[in-house]
Amino acid sequence: MLSNDWAIEARGLVKRFDGFTAVDGVDLSVPQGAIYGILGPNGAGKTTTLRMLQGIIDPDSGMRRILGADRPHDVAHRIGYLPEERGLYPTMKTYEAIAFMGALRGLPLAEGRRRGKAMMEEHGLSYAIDRQIRQLSKGMAQQVQILGTLVHNPDLVIFDEPFSGLDALNQGKLEKMIRALAAGGTTVIFSTHVIAHAERLCDEVAIIAGGRVPFAGPVDVARDRIPAQVRLETRQTQGPWRAALPPDARPDHKADRGALWSFPLPDSGVEPLLRALIEGEAGILSLSIERAGLHDAFVAIAGEAAARALGQSSEEEAA
Amino acid sequence: MMHPPRHQGRLSTLAGAFVVARRDFVAILWSRSFIFFLLGPLFPLFVGAMAGSIGAHVENAVDTPQIGLMMAGEDIDAMLTARHALEPALRDDLPDLVVVARLRPGEKADPRGALADKSINGGNLSAIISGTAKAPVLTGTPGRLAAWQGPVALIAARATGHGPDVLPDVALAPTATSTAAQAHNRVLTAQGGQTLLFLLTMLLAGMVLSNLMEEKGNKVIEILAAAIPMESVFFGKLFAMLAISFVGIGVWAVSGAALSMLGWVHIPELVTPALGWPLFIALGVAYFAMAYLVLGSIFLAIGSMANSVREIQTLNMPVTMGQLMVFFFASYAMARPGSGIEIAAMVVPFSSPFAMLARAAMQEGLWLHLAALGWQALWVAIFVRGGAALFRKRVMKSGPQGTGQKRGLIAALRGKK
Repeated sequence: MLSNDWAIEARGLVKRFDGFTAVDGVDLSVPQGAIYGILGPNGAGKTTTLRMLQGIIDPDSGMRRILGADRPHDVAHRIGYLPEERGLYPTMKTYEAIAFMGALRGLPLAEGRRRGKAMMEEHGLSYAIDRQIRQLSKGMAQQVQILGTLVHNPDLVIFDEPFSGLDALNQGKLEKMIRALAAGGTTVIFSTHVIAHAERLCDEVAIIAGGRVPFAGPVDVARDRIPAQVRLETRQTQGPWRAALPPDARPDHKADRGALWSFPLPDSGVEPLLRALIEGEAGILSLSIERAGLHDAFVAIAGEAAARALGQSSEEEAA
Repeated sequence: MMHPPRHQGRLSTLAGAFVVARRDFVAILWSRSFIFFLLGPLFPLFVGAMAGSIGAHVENAVDTPQIGLMMAGEDIDAMLTARHALEPALRDDLPDLVVVARLRPGEKADPRGALADKSINGGNLSAIISGTAKAPVLTGTPGRLAAWQGPVALIAARATGHGPDVLPDVALAPTATSTAAQAHNRVLTAQGGQTLLFLLTMLLAGMVLSNLMEEKGNKVIEILAAAIPMESVFFGKLFAMLAISFVGIGVWAVSGAALSMLGWVHIPELVTPALGWPLFIALGVAYFAMAYLVLGSIFLAIGSMANSVREIQTLNMPVTMGQLMVFFFASYAMARPGSGIEIAAMVVPFSSPFAMLARAAMQEGLWLHLAALGWQALWVAIFVRGGAALFRKRVMKSGPQGTGQKRGLIAALRGKK
């Protein structure tokens, strides 16, 4: 059974295309008001999952509930969607394009025009209100489309690769906009193959690879899948304090003096280790505990191959 | 801040279609392609004139003049023998003679009644010869009488044993019309209607393809598919184009009327169609809409599956050829009323509007038209639903880069993996 406590809940979504399984049993639970990232390389099944959640295509099997409705179409007026493949009518004026996207979601055209102009002004684009889409730069056109996605005040916003094609400045603007939406109670779900965006923005992520979701949950929980790393620099290389280190910890001898150690933080914590080092006169030169990043978590959860594919996706976009 | 009440759920198919149609209508109206659309008739009129020559052959096949005989038995025999004797020399210049009635002594002929009676010779009588071979009376419409007065006099002269130098006087009894003349003239009206319908749908097909190309280039389709039913997208685009075509027709009609009033163009006078002008025009509009919707829904279904603008462009030639085939098929069927070919033309959804419009010009009876319009509308709905289902199944399957699974139009049509 699916509950109503989530903005999106999906169980066992499967989609096959001509014998190829694009999505293979995806489970998702997106909390209300959260910023939720779907992280995976190109071809992992992100877009297909987002399309199934909205009812653009139907799953071959599995259940989905979106904003409390079993049928996504029943809540279409509460959803805003920015597809990965951006598209606007080139001869339309910017505010008309925003109003048109609102009209598709049931917003009266006149109200859409009014809001479109107001949103353009609010986001510093007032000079472009009367311009046609074809007169805008690619980044600016994308901003207009994002405003069109939001013009009907949706409760759930779905962005498919929203940062792709944006320069650093506009990526920052979009991150700010996403945070503002979530602060206002809107649930934001976006797909990305750039870990940094997910790490900076998301409360929770779903890692997707090969059509499956090996992890879905809070970002901190993903990171905690990998123990924190202790990086220790000692003047001495031998002594009774060595017993406090994990047995397989090996020193990386420095050329001039002492040794560099790197090992997972013991289950007992850092205090007993620190005490043993001091009492054993190890000669601590430096000690740091580094928490695992989302990238390390992704590697640990999805595997090296998926991580390589993710990196390749990022490089392709950069190129 | 107060917001206006929001629509609940997804827009209905009709409401979604309206949003799309409104956008498309305004965009097309102010586009260059609409200017080309308005200028379009110049080219198809040329093609239509070429097609008209084929229509003339069709008309001839329908128009086999036959003249009825209502005379005493011996006069009829003499006239038939005379015609037979003259045939080797004059061949096509002689009308066929058909025995309508052998009059008994004292019986009076009723040529006008015979011409009006559609049960006699299938209603295909151009005129009636009554009286005697020495003093024949030719009854028919004025135009026909003038055409057949000479040949009838020649036959009568031969029947009375004279040569061509002693021709009897053929008395003329003009009537308002005859069934054959009416049938002949209605064929012209039917041809005119079919040709106009063909020209309009051909122009519109070009516009639909242009619109499809624009849509492919804009990549807006997923936004539409996410927000409203795919059927709305198809219907919206179809109806926008239909509305545009009505604007175009309005412009052409006003221009034609203005030029006609100035005396610069001559609008041909066509005989009143079997169903009368108001109903014929109304049916013409309805069949035009249906011809376009049937064709357009197929274009949209196929075009939406195309991966590129180039694939859509390759549709152009087969589409034009297909339209010509449909036009010729319907024209051919028109010459064979009541035949299996005519029935086939009325049933096949693509040719049905053309065949039915011809029928409206030539034959009475309204119920078949209502049934045909319903039949054609059903096919429009089937094509749109089928196209939308195919689109969802075959097109919305991956991101823009694809996953190696995205297929081209040709492969999709073949159903190959």
